[in-house]
Formats: sequence, structure tokens, C-alpha cells
Amino acid sequence: MRYAMAVDTKKCVGCSDCVVACQTENNVPLGYARDWIVENVAGTYPKVEMEIRSERCNHCENAPCVRCCPTGASHIVEGGIVLVTPEECIGCGACMEACPYDARYPHPDGFVDKCTFCIHRVEKGEDPACVEVCPTHCLYFGDLDDPNSDVSKVVAERKWKVLAPEAGTKPQIFYLI
Amino acid sequence: MKEELIVSGRNIPGVDPHLTLWHWQIPLYLFLGGLAAGLIFFSSLYVIMGKEDKAPTAVKWASFITPIALVIGLAALFLDLRHKLFFWRLYTTIRLESPMSWGAWALLIITPLSFVWSASYLRELVPSWDWKFKWLNDFEAWVIKNRRPFAWLMIVLAVILGIYTGILLSAFNARPLWNTSILGPLFLTSGLSTGAATIMWMSKDHEEKKLFGRIDLLLITIEVFFIIHMFMGFLASSAVQIEAAKLFLGGPFTVPFWTFVMILGLLLPAFLEILEWKGYRIPAAVPAFLVLFGGLMFRLIMVEAGQITRYLY
Amino acid sequence: MKHTTRRDFIKISGAGAGSLLFAKPAMKAFSQVTGDGTIHPGEKLHRTPTYCEVCFWKCAGWVYTDKKGKIKKIIGNENDPHCNGRLCPRGTGGIGMYYDEDRLKKPLIREGKPGSQVFREASWEEALDYIANKMQDIKEKHGPECVALFSHGTGGKMISHTLKAFGSPNIAAPSFAQCRGPREVGFTATYGEDVMSPERTDIRDTRCLVLIGSHIGENMHNGQIQEMSAAIDKGATIITVDPRYSTAASHSKYWLPIKPATDIALLLAWIHVIINEELYDKEYVKKYTFGFNELKDHVRDKTPEWAYGITTIEPDIIRKTAREMAHAAPAVIVHPGRHVTWYGDDTQRSRAIAILNALLGSWGRRGGFYVPESVHLPKFPGPDYPKPKRTWKDAFPGQYNLVNEVLSTGICDATIPNPDLDCNLKGWIVYGTNLMASLPDQGKTLKAIDNLELLVVIDTMPMDTASYADVVLPECTYLERYDVIRTSPHREPHIALRMPASEPLYDSKPNWWIAKELGKRLGLEAYFPWKNIEELLDWQLKQVGSSLEEMKRIGVKKLKREYDDLYFLNGEEFEFNTNTGKIELYSTELAKENFDPLPNFTPHPEPPPGYYRLNYGRAPMHTFSRTANNPNLWEIKKENLVWVNPKVAKLWDLKNGQYVWLKNQDGVISSFPIKVRITERIRWDSVYMVHGFGHTEKRLTRAYGHGASDSELVTKVAMDPVMGGTGMRGNFVTFLTENPGKEVAS
Ligand SMILES: Nc1nc2c(c(=O)[nH]1)N[C@H]1C(S)=C(S)[C@@H](COP(=O)(O)OP(=O)(O)OC[C@H]3O[C@@H](n4cnc5c(=O)[nH]c(N)nc54)[C@H](O)[C@@H]3O)O[C@H]1N2
Ligand SMILES: Nc1nc2c(c(=O)[nH]1)N[C@H]1C(S)=C(S)[C@@H](COP(=O)(O)OP(=O)(O)OC[C@H]3O[C@@H](n4cnc5c(=O)[nH]c(N)nc54)[C@H](O)[C@@H]3O)O[C@H]1N2
Ligand code: SF4
Ligand code: SF4
Ligand code: SF4
Ligand code: SF4
Ligand code: SF4
Ligand SMILES: [Mo]
Repeated sequence: MRYAMAVDTKKCVGCSDCVVACQTENNVPLGYARDWIVENVAGTYPKVEMEIRSERCNHCENAPCVRCCPTGASHIVEGGIVLVTPEECIGCGACMEACPYDARYPHPDGFVDKCTFCIHRVEKGEDPACVEVCPTHCLYFGDLDDPNSDVSKVVAERKWKVLAPEAGTKPQIFYLI
Repeated sequence: MKEELIVSGRNIPGVDPHLTLWHWQIPLYLFLGGLAAGLIFFSSLYVIMGKEDKAPTAVKWASFITPIALVIGLAALFLDLRHKLFFWRLYTTIRLESPMSWGAWALLIITPLSFVWSASYLRELVPSWDWKFKWLNDFEAWVIKNRRPFAWLMIVLAVILGIYTGILLSAFNARPLWNTSILGPLFLTSGLSTGAATIMWMSKDHEEKKLFGRIDLLLITIEVFFIIHMFMGFLASSAVQIEAAKLFLGGPFTVPFWTFVMILGLLLPAFLEILEWKGYRIPAAVPAFLVLFGGLMFRLIMVEAGQITRYLY
Repeated sequence: MKHTTRRDFIKISGAGAGSLLFAKPAMKAFSQVTGDGTIHPGEKLHRTPTYCEVCFWKCAGWVYTDKKGKIKKIIGNENDPHCNGRLCPRGTGGIGMYYDEDRLKKPLIREGKPGSQVFREASWEEALDYIANKMQDIKEKHGPECVALFSHGTGGKMISHTLKAFGSPNIAAPSFAQCRGPREVGFTATYGEDVMSPERTDIRDTRCLVLIGSHIGENMHNGQIQEMSAAIDKGATIITVDPRYSTAASHSKYWLPIKPATDIALLLAWIHVIINEELYDKEYVKKYTFGFNELKDHVRDKTPEWAYGITTIEPDIIRKTAREMAHAAPAVIVHPGRHVTWYGDDTQRSRAIAILNALLGSWGRRGGFYVPESVHLPKFPGPDYPKPKRTWKDAFPGQYNLVNEVLSTGICDATIPNPDLDCNLKGWIVYGTNLMASLPDQGKTLKAIDNLELLVVIDTMPMDTASYADVVLPECTYLERYDVIRTSPHREPHIALRMPASEPLYDSKPNWWIAKELGKRLGLEAYFPWKNIEELLDWQLKQVGSSLEEMKRIGVKKLKREYDDLYFLNGEEFEFNTNTGKIELYSTELAKENFDPLPNFTPHPEPPPGYYRLNYGRAPMHTFSRTANNPNLWEIKKENLVWVNPKVAKLWDLKNGQYVWLKNQDGVISSFPIKVRITERIRWDSVYMVHGFGHTEKRLTRAYGHGASDSELVTKVAMDPVMGGTGMRGNFVTFLTENPGKEVAS
């Protein structure tokens, strides 16, 4: 099993619903976020292009955050989801320094927090909160090892990219372009 | 025009607009770790070579600095932790892929040993000293008897500690500025250099002072060579690394780096050490202080600048 | 009454109670709103139905509360055609309206002599008695029609009921004269029916969607955005006409960066191409429309080349896009937009849009405009309303004959005394609308307020308008109350229930209670024969085969359509509700009122040197001014930015992120500075900002002083002669890089 997400940049409108929904679903303290929106504008008026991306932890296959963690608080579970156990985390910040995407944040309670792929929902067979709320249906989630999952299908059909592939982390979030 | 902006969600303290997670604590920790490694390295080395008398300060007096440096360093590390109550979690596992982990373990072992090391010389410093308890006195005698093997153990640990303080940053590939294999040897050399400079400073023995002056000069030369090499490497590399190098070549870190690290911390002390060699009378404290100051600045700057460099946005 | 010196409003008498009321509970809100560490995701939550009140789209959803009764999250109702189980960011963040610690907490009464700026807390009894007495007083002296109601939002229906029973027809919403009015009048003149809300656009099945300004994706019309996305998946062509590179433009096959204020020329050229190249739906036009030949003559010389000179859109692109539309017809939508009060000829622009749709045969066709249906809930038995003797229109003899809603700005005019006209309004009740932010020309609104004998504001938040009130009534939020059943039109008729997920916080009350209690004091008990709203709702629901008990369980219920087809114009006979019974390409109604029966392009003023057109719009995570202080949404976007083209930035030596003040053509300077965003997404003759920021009310502890208010800068209004809409995009601003002596918020 290999959980992954695809983000359709051709449909995302940058509304940030995924950010708000993650906040209310996961008790993310205000002022912090597990996901965020990036807007990329290129060209000169009136020849302009724009890409909008909803970003979060890439649940990297080759996760430097996990490697760098001195306590094992950062770890990978079944399906490739990268998690942090707050009770094992000492808040040293090594994982944050190690993540090329700055996908983690220092929780005000001391430990480091990040996207969990909403494992508490996924375990029940539900989609992550951000996926479920997205009004444009531009987020796809599922098992890459299952060729019939939503995410496998779009990744097979569409052109995609991952972020900062040169960092060598093998991200599992695919941006459809 | 190209515009890339984070529209929402990411205005996180410590993360945006760029990482400012590590402040003075980690650089101080790295600096003191490097210094301790240097001190232990030289003291053990002369014990192993059987030339204690050639470097009495290195072996005996300077070694009193080591445990202090380590304890302050550990305190700095502890201060850096945000989930302090869970500190003990560091010692419920060993994770070889995490320099933080084996560094913490190395420190756990090396700190008490460095206490033992200096304690075993306490009687030489304060001849009237008595450990009061018999078993302590017995232990002291045992240590003194086994100095050679003890030194072997210490030199191995010193190398581990030195390498650790060197590669801690470069293990974080995510920060283009740290993503270079030279950083390890560079910090190792710098650590040795601060150690050598401290010994030079403390030594009352003219020959020993001169010896460590030479050693330090050699180390500084290697360091400068490494630094030049590092920047050339960056400039020949990917866009993000060129940008990282530019922080020091015209960017915001240019002035602090070149004045505090390169000139005041390396070139000037080297120059003073050469003058000394040539026979001028230079108080050892001056180049030594400069080297120590430069070493600390170097780590402060590298940690701060490194956190600014990123792959995205 | 003198209200206009306002900034010392904040003073509150009775220091103890006052400081309690307005003290800022520092960091408390954080743990209230989210992770207090005690609740882990996955905990079992209880849900109650609601429909959202963060905007007029009113998506139905479920409010989840934990064991302690704490509201945790709001999720869309899968069965609701407005949202299909997915709320927009504002709906998801609606939870912040409930937790906002700056909420109004107790009724407030202005203290001392008229014009005094000091409020004191009062009991509901006292506040309602005060209002009722004043209203009776006005009724006796001037007649009941002299009390007007401004209302936006669901709860306004209840207050309207009280006012109608009292005897006033003067009930206005800014959603007409500042919003969709021109569209409704333009479409009604053409089709005999308006576009309705939610819009009857069949975006889901369209093959070509043409957006004229309408910035879907930034305006979060939830259903439309979902359907637009589905249409993109199905390969529909999107054509966006917008001087700014909107989000929709970035997802479009064609973006037409039109010169502002010239859309009618483009529309006429499209009509020209479609007629000239015989691309129109001949059968449809012949069967259903009136005035084709007049139209054909009218656009004979409106060639793409002619339009090019006006719009700067290349003739070739005009032709290509016209053909795209025709190719997709009838599954094509030239979107009527919603906020269409732009330049004062907006009814005519809406007419041009309506005509273009008619030529393409999209009205009443799949992928074009469907036929919506809504559930009719019978009125609870009670007496009829008294017949008013006068209306606001008496202030405008002979004008606005095509208007069948009330103009908010008309109410203002009818309040300011004029020796020649019947301007007689003396009391205002303002429910769920922030007039200072919504009406253009704040000076005029304040002048009207100065002439009032009574101003009541019913709100959940201490918004700008509340500063001028004689009485402020704190309503509880939509999450804490029952409201009338939602019966909005859609493909399938349906009903939706809103019920409280929590007891009202503080001393706030629901609108139905306020309406009934006020009614009681006005001697209108007969109009409120129900004990409480549950009784009213249950009775109404039972009339359509449901019940309150059932609706509490399901939230949304779909009912059967009365007319079986969503699309009616497939060749059958149909009589439109117009003078000719046809779709009027040539409007006989407009002709009768001496307006252009066919739309014409008229040039509009352009910015003077050194000035830039003030363009404004929406941010997806905020609704107007109402969410600016919402803790969850404020975190997502705290302030608006002024978008500036790099060329302009260079000219003014502006840096990204720098704060500037804006000054408009009339010398009005923004109260607060606004951050510059240098971007290629905006033209060099305009600047752009999101509406709803720059609050001057200090009691909004988060929103105060963040960003600048476009409303302040809209002092010039281009009045639509047909329906009184207030065109607001003819204002021009320049930059002040030095503080012009204004207070700066921290
Ligand atoms: N998130 C969010 N969504 C909302 C609201 C909200 O407050 N927040 N409000 C809701 C309400 S009540 C309404 S009425 C709608 C309003 O939403 P719309 O109906 O989409 O509003 P407009 O003002 O027509 O659209 C603004 C766009 O018009 C463009 N524009 C400006 N001048 C011109 C011009 O001369 N020609 C053309 N072709 N385009 C121009 C601007 O660049 C901008 O992109 O949004 C609704 N949806
Ligand atoms: N300059 C400028 N002016 C504009 C626009 C623009 O884009 N620019 N847009 C125009 C358009 S399209 C429209 S539709 C109008 C919208 O104008 P308004 O409807 O006035 O919009 P808001 O500013 O959101 O004001 C809503 C008020 O209702 C209050 N409120 C929210 N929920 C409740 C509730 O449950 N009960 C009560 N009692 N009060 C509640 C809020 O606190 C707020 O004070 O503005 C128009 N005016
Ligand atoms: S909710 Fe969907 S459309 Fe909105 S920003 Fe997130 S991914 Fe994009
Ligand atoms: S994105 Fe960052 S936090 Fe997430 S798995 Fe990759 S390296 Fe770790
Ligand atoms: S902050 Fe926590 S999760 Fe991150 S590396 Fe340190 S212990 Fe591991
Ligand atoms: S998957 Fe869950 S935790 Fe991750 S960003 Fe989406 S909502 Fe947040
Ligand atoms: S569109 Fe958004 S704000 Fe409006 S009613 Fe729906 S969820 Fe609420
Ligand atoms: Mo509107």
C-alpha cells in the first residue's frame, strides 16, 4: 500500500478551504497550518500564466525528516504515511531543518506537527479532510498500489510534476499540470 | 516578472518567511562541541604519543575547560528543545542515521569521561587535594595507571564528536548552504583550531605555545582552503546553491562573514601567528581570542544563513 | 441628530461593565477555536443541521459538537444541491463567527442627549421598549411608512414581517442597487423573468462558459465553482473577459484582457459576428424572440474592428471566441454575473448579455440556463398586512418604473429632506448589513443618518454602522438559532433547516424572538400567533409533507418538481412574461420608458494622469466586511493588498510589501495604509483590492486597521438611469507614500 495525493493545478482556485478544513478537523492552532496555498505568476501583462498549488507534507518515500529525527518521533507507518508522535518528540527541530518543503511547524505545545494525511479518517475509509472539502474536487487521494484508486488513475492519465525533485526525497504528492 | 507567493496558511512563526528555528543555542553548542573535541584530541594525542611533558597545558590544564564547555554546550542544546520534558526520549533509542542521535549519545559518554580526565589531574594542580572517599582515591589511582588506554578511548570519542559537530549541519540536505560535503571537514578543522588556540593561550611553556601556534596556523590555512573550495563548489552547482553562495558574495551576510570570520577570525590571527613565528612579540591571547571569536561567529552565521536558503519559493 | 463625529464612539459608560464587555481576552480565543489539546481528532461528535449564513448562497451543512457541547467543525450536507457536501472556506470557517470574542454581547443604548457618543448596556426589555416607543412616535407623527428596514440575510425575513405588519413597505437590501439589480431588470426586460439566486446557470453541463467580470473562484459561489470545475474536467471552453488576470482567467482557454468599462462594445461585436456569420440559433430566434431585425440593423456597424478600437481586444480573437460560443450552443452560458453595478449603464450591459444568450439559444436549454423550482411554504395563518399609503418611490416621481425591489440608496435619498419631494423617512432598522461598507458615498449615508429620529442596528458584531445607532441589538449567530426554512430555487425543489447547535452565547437573541418581542410591543401580537419558532416551522413543514422532527434528522429534503422538465425550450410553444410574450431582443418596456430599447456603447471617464482606476472584488476566504474579524478566516488572510502593475510600481518607486495610502479623485484618503503587491495580474491603468477590509471600528480587535477600505474611496457613483443601481467602478486613486497624518493601527 502506498498512500499518495494528486493536486490538479488546472482546477485549484486557491480558495484555502483545504487550509481551513484541516484546521478545524485536526485542531491545528490558529496561526499555524499543515497545508498552504502557493500562487506562481509568470509573464508580462497581458501574456500572463499562473499556477495555484495546495501544498502539504509530501510524505516522502525517502524522508530526510525521519532520518534526522534523534528520537524516532518522526516515523513512517503502513502506507508510507510520515507521522510524528508528540510524546516522543523533544522539539529539537532537526526534522524541520531537514525538510526541503518546510512542511512542518513547531506546535505551540512544544512538539513538531505536520500533515498526517488525516490517518484517523483514512483508517476509517474516509478521505482526508482537505480532500473531502475541496469545492473544485482538485485533490485526489488514495493508494498508488491500487491501479483503480482515484489517485492512480489521474497520475496515470495526466502530466504531473513533484516539488523539488532535486532534493531527492521522492515526494508522494503529485501536481497535475 | 516572476512572482511566487504563499497566499495563505503559511505565516508560521519560526518557519516563514524563512526558517528561524535555531538561534544562538545550536551554534554555541556546535562551537563548544568543536572546542571540546579539539581539546580532547590534543590532550589524548600527547598522552598516546607519550609526550605529556612536551604539552603539559594541552594534557592537563586545558582539559579542565573541556567538561565546562561540554556542560554549557549541553545546556544550550537543552535550551533549544521546545518539548523539554521529553528530553529523555533522546536516550531511549539510538538512530545511526540521525547525527543528532549519535551526537547526543557521544556527549552522554564523553562528558563524564572528560570530568574523570581532568579530575585525574586535579592533584597536580592542587597538590593538597584529597578525594575524601577511599573508593574515589582508588578510582583515581586506577585511572592514572590506565592513562594510555583511556587516551585511546578519548581520542576516538573526540574524533566522533568533532565529526559530529561538523556534519550535523551538512546532514540537512534541505538547506542548500549546508548541502556540501566540505562542511564536515571544515567544522572539524575549525574545532581543532579553536582547541589549539585555547591551548596556545593558556600555555605558560614557551615551546608548547610555539608548537600550538604552528599547529593552529596550519589548521587555519586548511580552513581557508576549505572555505574557498566550498564557495567554488556552490558557484559551480545548482541555482539554489549559487543563491546560497550569493548570501556571502554581495548578499546580506557578506559583511559579517568576511569581517568577523574571514578577516578577524582567520586571516588576522594567522598573520599574527606568522609574525610571532618571525620573532615578533605577540601576546598569545590576541590571536587565540580572535580564533575563538571567529569560530563562534562562523557557526552563528552558517546556522542563520543556512536556514534562509531553501529549495522552494 | 448629530452622529457624524464618530471616532470617540468607543467610550462606554459604567467602566466596570464596559471594560468587561470590550476587554480583549488576549490569547484566549486560540484555545477556544482550535486545539486545546484535550480533543484528539477522531473523537465521536454529535451533529445538527444548519445552513450557512456566511454568504447568501446558504449552503446546508452539519455542525459537529463534542460531548461538552463545544462546536468543533461544520461540514456540508451531501444532499444539498447548493453545496453537494462541500462548504467553501468561509462556510468551513463559519465556526469563527461563533467563537469571535469581539461579538456584540448585550443590547446597547446611546446615552444622554442626541449626538452623544456614549453607549450603555441595557436589558432586552428596555432596549425593545425604547425602540417600540420611538416607532410608535414616528408612526403617529409621520405614518408607519416612515420607518425603513435595511436587511441582508435570512433573519431579515422575520424583521420584515414585523415591519410589514407595522405598515411599512420600505424594505431594502444592498444586494439590489449595489449588486444584482441591473441584471434582474435587464434579464426581466428580455425574458420576463430574472436570473434568481442561486443563478439558474447550468454550468455542470455547459460546453462553453463565458465570464464577463464574474470572477468565479474568487467569488466563491459554491455551487457554481463546483460545476465550473466539473465542466473543466469535461473539457468545456472557458472564456474570461476581465481587465485583471483573475483566477478564472488562469483556468480559461481564452482570457480577454479588456479595457475597463468597454464590455458593451465587445458584446455588441460578438452579437454582430454571430448574426453576420449566421451562427445564431435560427429556429430558436424565429420561434421565441422579438425584434431580431431591429437588432440586426443595430449591430450592423458594430464590427470586431470597431470594438477593437474601444476594447483593445483583437478582432481575430473576438471572431474566434464568438465562433467558440456558437459551436458549443445551446450548451453555452454567457454568465450574467452577480455584482454588476459597475459603470451606470449596467442594465444595458446585462441586456446585451441576455440578448447574446438568446441568439445562442441557451435560455431554457441543457448546458445553458435551466428552469429552477422552489418549494412554496404556506404562510402561518394570521392577519393580512395593512396597506401602506406611501412608499420610498414618492421621492422619485416618474422614475424607476421597472424596479420592483427597494433601492437601498433610494432609502437614503428619501431620508434626506428635500423641499420639492416627499422625503419622509425618519427611522431605520438595519439588520445584517453593514451600510458603511456596502453603500457607496459614505458622506451621503451619514447625511441621511443625521436626519433620523431612530436608528436601530441588529447585528452579531460591532460593525462600523453600529457606531451610529441609537440602539444596538446583539443577535446570536446562525449556529445558535432557528431560522426560517430555506426554500431557494434549484434544479430540484428542496427545503433546508437551520437549528441551533449550541445555546446563544452571552445575552444574544435570535431574530425571530426579536421580531416577535418587538411586534408584541407594537401591538402586533396577532401577527405572531405561534408560541415559538419551532411551532411555526413544524406547522409549515407539515404543510409540505415533512416535519421539524424529520428535518432535524436529515437537514435537507428534496421534493418533486411540479413541472417535469428542467429545460423547456425544445421546440414547444412558450409564452414569456413580456409585453410581446417573446424574448425581447428589442425591449418594448425600455422603449416605453424612453430608454434605449437596444443596448448602446457609451464611453466612460478615464483616470486623470497620475490616477488609476479603482477595481475591487472578492477574496475566496472572506465575505464582504463581515468575516474580516472572524478568527479562523483572519488567520488565513489578515489584510487586503493593493495590486499594482510593475510598470506603475517602477514609476512610483513602490516596493513589494510597502504600505501606501490611497487618495481618490475627490481627495478622500484611505483611513489606513494598504500593502503593495506588485503583480503582472493587473493593468497599468488600474489598481485592484479586495472589498471588505480597513475597518475603522476599534472593537473589531483583529480587523481594525488592517488593510484599506474600497468603500471609503467609492465617493463617485454612476447612477443607472433605468433602475437606480450605483455604478461604483468609476473611481480613481493615486498613491501617498508618506503618512498623510492618519492614525496607524499596530
Ligand atoms: N468569497 C466571496 N465570494 C462572494 C462574495 C464575497 O464577499 N466573498 N460575495 C458574493 C456576492 S454578494 C456577489 S454579488 C458576488 C460578486 O462576484 P462577481 O459577480 O464575480 O463580481 P464582479 O464585481 O462582477 O467581479 C469582479 C471582477 O470584475 C472584474 N472587472 C472590473 N472591471 C471590469 C470591467 O470593466 N469589465 C469586466 N469584464 N470585468 C471587470 C474585476 O477585475 C474582478 O475580477 O460574489 C459573491 N461571492
Ligand atoms: N465598495 C464596495 N461596496 C459594495 C460591494 C463591493 O464589492 N465594494 N459589494 C456590494 C455587494 S455585491 C453586496 S451584495 C453588498 C453586501 O453588503 P452587506 O450585506 O452589507 O455585507 P457585509 O459588509 O458583509 O455586512 C453584513 C453585516 O451583517 C452582519 N451579520 C452577519 N451575520 C449576521 C446574522 O446572523 N445576524 C445579523 N443580525 N447580522 C449578521 C455582519 O456582522 C455585517 O455587519 O455590498 C455591496 N457594496
Ligand atoms: S480547497 Fe481545493 S480549490 Fe481550494 S485551495 Fe484547496 S485545493 Fe485549491
Ligand atoms: S515533505 Fe518534509 S516533512 Fe514531509 S516527509 Fe518529506 S521531508 Fe518529511
Ligand atoms: S523535533 Fe521531534 S520529530 Fe523533529 S526531529 Fe526532533 S524529536 Fe524528531
Ligand atoms: S491530509 Fe489531513 S492533515 Fe494533511 S493537509 Fe489534508 S486535512 Fe490536513
Ligand atoms: S458559499 Fe460558502 S459562505 Fe456562502 S453559504 Fe456556501 S459555504 Fe457559506
Ligand atoms: Mo452581491
